[in-house]
Amino acid sequence: MAVNYVVFFICALICLLGATGVVFSRNPVHAALSLVATLFGIAVLFVQQSAHFLAAVQVIVYTGAIVVLILFVMMLLGVDQEEDIDEEPLLGVRAAGTIVATILLLGLLAVFFLQSNRSTLVTGERSVTAPLSVDASLDSTKGVAETAGPDNMATLGRLLFTRYVFAFEVTAALLTIAVVGAVVLARRPDRLQPVPDEPESMDDDFMAALESEAGH
Amino acid sequence: MTSALLLAADPLYAQGVDLTALLITILKVVVAFAFLLVATMLMVWFERKLVSDMQNRIGPNRAGPWGILQTLADGTKLFFKEHINPIRAERRVYVLAPFLSFVPAFLLFCIVPVSGNWANGGDGTVELFGRTTYLQLADPPVGILFALAMSSIAVYGVMLAGWSSGSKYPLLGSVRASAQMVSYEAAMGLSVMAVVLVTGTVSTHGMVASQAGDGLFHVLPNWAVFTTLLVPFVIFVIAGTAELNRPPFDLVEAEQELVAGFNTEYSSIRFALFFLAEFMNTVTMSGIFVTLFLGGPSGPAPIGPAWLWGCIWFFLKTSAFLFMFVWFRATLPRFRYDQLMDLGWKLLIPLSLGWLLMLAAVQLSGQQNWNPVAVGAGVILMFLIGWSLLRSANAKARAVHLGEEVNA
Repeated sequence: MAVNYVVFFICALICLLGATGVVFSRNPVHAALSLVATLFGIAVLFVQQSAHFLAAVQVIVYTGAIVVLILFVMMLLGVDQEEDIDEEPLLGVRAAGTIVATILLLGLLAVFFLQSNRSTLVTGERSVTAPLSVDASLDSTKGVAETAGPDNMATLGRLLFTRYVFAFEVTAALLTIAVVGAVVLARRPDRLQPVPDEPESMDDDFMAALESEAGH
Repeated sequence: MTSALLLAADPLYAQGVDLTALLITILKVVVAFAFLLVATMLMVWFERKLVSDMQNRIGPNRAGPWGILQTLADGTKLFFKEHINPIRAERRVYVLAPFLSFVPAFLLFCIVPVSGNWANGGDGTVELFGRTTYLQLADPPVGILFALAMSSIAVYGVMLAGWSSGSKYPLLGSVRASAQMVSYEAAMGLSVMAVVLVTGTVSTHGMVASQAGDGLFHVLPNWAVFTTLLVPFVIFVIAGTAELNRPPFDLVEAEQELVAGFNTEYSSIRFALFFLAEFMNTVTMSGIFVTLFLGGPSGPAPIGPAWLWGCIWFFLKTSAFLFMFVWFRATLPRFRYDQLMDLGWKLLIPLSLGWLLMLAAVQLSGQQNWNPVAVGAGVILMFLIGWSLLRSANAKARAVHLGEEVNA
């Protein structure tokens, strides 16, 4: 399976370079683009593990919607300038970030070193969704032939709406709550207090200037 | 899983990938690429000629018979023009953006079945150099989701082009593009899901297969446009036009407001790539309309080889949509930005979601043998409740909005 190795290492390289780019880019737009590269690399790795649906959703949702929205906000607010990274906006953010990143790295390394069957861990020989399809064929009424399709999509759908329906609905409710919360936070207060020393309206000011101009 | 599964269910790869399969695939790539380029060239000519007919003028008539080679002449000219890099451009991204626009436009075409033996219960395969294969470049397991993914990637080309130009009007164009494409993607995805629900598959080949053959009363064909009861088709056509940034949704490059929108600062072949991608997307999107809703290349084959009739049907159906796009452009005035957002969020998304739920209910009731009268009454009741809720929410929002404007 030489192809598997080649694909894996190319994608891993893209993922790592993208991740480094996210951290080290001085320009936020470049960082967002590096994030896109990483997400793409991971999507290809998903395809390699024959988790096709996951790969498609990764590209549609993360690259197609979330990063686009990040970029949209950056362009709209004009914060796409190079940031001065020497000053810390919140106290202790950098220390906390370092600690969390170290713990995550140690966790990943621990998984790798404590795994007994190390040969199947990084090469992509084992399918992410294969255990799922075995499960599905056990408890479904339709039998193995119908559930174990080449795409896993029917299996995923059946499991999401039967065994994992509670988790699925809770996630949906969580997202809905987040949307409602965002709308509530983004609503302007009913009574806006005028900023001191600001003219009531630009139009009044402009008209006054016009009139004085006409008077001359 | 073997790597053959990456290339999906095409019987060409059933016995693994050998030299013949590889050569056939390369042939398909070349043919698809050439077809798409020629189709794009003809589409540009077709659009200019048709619009000029509708506006009572002659249109291009210098290069070749009926001016048919005009695009070729324009393309050749663009090749030899000078690259201009604006001094405030973000150079790397500026160079990358045209390719990000062009590549997804080509990849999108790969999943469209352009022909095949569909007549008299055929399964859409043809014999090619002694091998059985589909007449489409790829049939990935994620099928139509691939199209959605590619159309969401296509946003990047437009967005980054506008941003990296370091200029005001392109930036405004790209901000509009990202908002518009993200807004209409949801409605588009939901109407695709209606087709998936009815045909029971995500593979484009499977969709065509399930739409081939007789439908209602053996008079109408079994197309998804009828089996999903028309509404998802209309929503998909509107959302697809918005995704393409075609008139009346061309706010991204509104000439009167933004010079030329996101591609203002581009020149030479980089501009040509944007132009090409736009028309390629138009052709491909028409192909996807046909695949999803009008049965793709399936149709009767009275005489001669069936695959040829597949090509003819596909060509006729696609041309109808291309005509529609040009007709839109010649007829409809551009949407205002708030109208665009209102249409997307307040009408298309709720309607497509409601319609999807209704189709699911109808399918389920058919499987479970529920009382059709009760199901129909429930569906109508739910639609009325949803519609009145939405209406009251809209009225309230409008009242608040107007109140704010009056108070200001």
